[in-house]
Amino acid sequence: MLAMDAMVKPAANAAVAADAAKPKVVARNVNVYYGEKHALKDVNVDIPERSVMAFIGPSGCGKSTFLRCINRMNDTIPIARVTGKIEIDDLDIYDKSLDVVQLRARVGMVFQKPNPFPKSIYENVAYGPRIHGMSRSKADLDEIVTSSLKRAGLFEEVKDRLSDSGTSLSGGQQQRLCIARAIAVGPEVILMDEPCSALDPIATARIEELIDELRQNFTIIIVTHSMQQAARVSQRTAFFHLGTLVEEGPTETVFTTPHDRRTQDYITGRFG
Amino acid sequence: MTDVTLSGIRSIDPATDAAKARVKARYRAEARFRFYGLAAIGITAIFLVVVLTDIVMKGYPAFTQNVLQMKVYLDAAEIDPKGTRDVAEIRAADYQAIVRNALRAEFPDAQDRAARRQLDSILSSGASDYLRNRVVADPSLIGQTITVPVLMSSDGDLYFKGIGTKVVQTPGRGVATPSGTSGEIEIRSTADDFATTLALVKQTLTTQARNDAREAERLQGFAAKAEARRSELETQLVAARATNDAARIATLEPQLAGASDQANSLSARVKELRTEVAELEQRYQNATAPEPITDHMPSLLIAINGGVVKVADVSNDGIKGTTMVPLTSDQPAAAGSWQIVNYETPEASRRLNDRVVTWLNVLKDKGMVQSQFNWRFFSSGDSREPELAGIRGALVGSALTLLVTLVLCLPLGVAGAIYLEEFAPKTWWTEIIEVNINNLAAVPSIVFGLLGLAVFLNFFGLPRSAPVVGGLVLALLVLPTIIIASRAALRAVPPSIKEAALGVGASHQQAIFHHVLPLAMPGIMTGTIIGMAHALGETAPLLMIGMVAFIVETPTAITDASTVLPVQIFLWSDLPEIGFQARTAAAIMVLLGFLFIMNGTAIVLRKRFERRW
Repeated sequence: MLAMDAMVKPAANAAVAADAAKPKVVARNVNVYYGEKHALKDVNVDIPERSVMAFIGPSGCGKSTFLRCINRMNDTIPIARVTGKIEIDDLDIYDKSLDVVQLRARVGMVFQKPNPFPKSIYENVAYGPRIHGMSRSKADLDEIVTSSLKRAGLFEEVKDRLSDSGTSLSGGQQQRLCIARAIAVGPEVILMDEPCSALDPIATARIEELIDELRQNFTIIIVTHSMQQAARVSQRTAFFHLGTLVEEGPTETVFTTPHDRRTQDYITGRFG
Repeated sequence: MTDVTLSGIRSIDPATDAAKARVKARYRAEARFRFYGLAAIGITAIFLVVVLTDIVMKGYPAFTQNVLQMKVYLDAAEIDPKGTRDVAEIRAADYQAIVRNALRAEFPDAQDRAARRQLDSILSSGASDYLRNRVVADPSLIGQTITVPVLMSSDGDLYFKGIGTKVVQTPGRGVATPSGTSGEIEIRSTADDFATTLALVKQTLTTQARNDAREAERLQGFAAKAEARRSELETQLVAARATNDAARIATLEPQLAGASDQANSLSARVKELRTEVAELEQRYQNATAPEPITDHMPSLLIAINGGVVKVADVSNDGIKGTTMVPLTSDQPAAAGSWQIVNYETPEASRRLNDRVVTWLNVLKDKGMVQSQFNWRFFSSGDSREPELAGIRGALVGSALTLLVTLVLCLPLGVAGAIYLEEFAPKTWWTEIIEVNINNLAAVPSIVFGLLGLAVFLNFFGLPRSAPVVGGLVLALLVLPTIIIASRAALRAVPPSIKEAALGVGASHQQAIFHHVLPLAMPGIMTGTIIGMAHALGETAPLLMIGMVAFIVETPTAITDASTVLPVQIFLWSDLPEIGFQARTAAAIMVLLGFLFIMNGTAIVLRKRFERRW
């Protein structure tokens, strides 16, 4: 518990500011079924703008499922069924008239395993802007790629080899490339599904730094198995258990004075 | 925790005999299995080597072709009698006659009809093609004497490839004196040069005598039986006559007549054979008496004084025979300057008689026979003459057919695979389609041929024997293979790539066409090439749609009648001429070559673009 206090510190100040902001993402009574299985039960949560929200919980608790609901990635699973309401800026993302492709441009995603396209670094970043017609000229596109790579903290490392394959980078670089790729299309929300679970501690530290920087411009939702990571990077934390959202609140509160017994047990390492 | 004793958990003691035996048994089983695997591979490899060696050995001669380099006088009076130098006129001239006459000029003594016909049989019916083309291309040659390669007939060609008879020459040891220079002559030698030959001939006499004696023995048995039947019938007839049984007499009389005829003829034959045996034995006893050489024995010839004599009668120190090539003089030839020539295959078991073989040898000695690479095999269509037949028509037919197949199969197969793999809703309906596509891959190809016959030819009325129909039928055949391979390739692309594309806001279709499909392409190409190789080797369905016809012309369009390589092989393999056997094997080599190239390309593609995630 002593260690925990120290970890919470860097995020503590920002958490107060985030609380005041209007929620960016609002979920009401979200249920997800995989065929017969009821994977997510009545989730209600408000996610504030320009902050980091961490989802924690034991394996199979539904946190990734919920994350994938926010950019409708669950649509790709034929047996998945989602009920309830998720709004981003008061816009119901499950509305029939909404185009899922546009939604995914607004809600970027970074995956557990770095998954750069097996193309050049440049192409990896340029792909999104290109299909969305975001650039008018080659120079324009170069500009987007450069700035995205810069913001992902990768530009200095790869500026001389933009035409090298994205898969030739190290794991941590690949993940930052994926982040650059996600922010290149100018999303408002970035979903991160355990982005550091395949990385070593140094690469993890760099990603965490990056997340902290990106928080200035983006709403970030991160799923993590590492409670230390949640404590380090997030302003708010939500604890999921067996498909239900058990507790949600400022990270500091959740880690120091959890209301629920299960949260307490989980963060103190009694299960999970 | 570790110091808690676990009850009920048993441990293995590796020191017990049972445990040691188990280990041994395991090693034995592994060694046994390794041996079985090795044996299986070994046997397969042996079969493969045997098959390939056999094909190469048989097919190799077809890649060379023997031609006669002949000096030909291009008589203006014959080629262009009007002197107009009109191309049509020049083309229509009888070049075959010119070539024939040039060959006859080499053998002035071959004057009778039979000899001329035999001489002509050395030349191919397409012997003058080259000459005609050359003269048509350059009419200024008319009036000159030029040397042109003249194609030999298949028999002549095969003779020089060693498929005819083995020729053995031994120099004469004595001084040989011919009695004349042409016609029926005698040659006497001062040594017993022909003793061994005579002994061999006598040897065959005993063999023949033994066979005849055995035959006589066998017939004797039948004769005795026939005799017994006759006497039985005679007794019955006497009995019938005694009782005056008219009906019985009427049936017995013709039977008796038949039986006695049979008995008589059999006894006569037996007698004949026995005389023959006695005669043969007498000839054998008389070791020095001259013997005739029949066409069932190896032919014996004497090359002397620039001529060749075919031996009809042989004795210890001399022969009688007819000249095949006239002698230049009847002067005695010194020992070693004349040759005894043996054609080991008896004349009756060869396609070329002694005379033609002798001519061929003379032509070879004159240095006129030349072996060339057989370009014609690749540049001409089918023919009834082995030496003129080539695979060009079949190759072009195969190419056109495969083109139609590829154009149909690749887009349809890939589109079908993408739809089924990525877009189709997983309902029982798509399930049925998938199962049936897998089943279609196992349908015997002849069934597709019948389908093509019924649908494309009979219902849609497309042209028979045409590559377009062949391509359609093969497309049906290959489509399941391509769909299955493409689906496997699409499935092998990790879903993370698609998710990544979807994550940056690519539509489902964009994700597939921009990312999944390019990554699956090597796999799809591999499947397609293997499918195409399958189609290239397919014969049965094409037989059904009439691509089995004898077609000389090389097709120029997909609606022209044509044949394909495997069908050409099938057609040739059916022909009795020895020349076609080599061509069949050579065509198989070409087909295998293409298959190796295609499969090799597939392997290279797979290796080159193989990705690991």
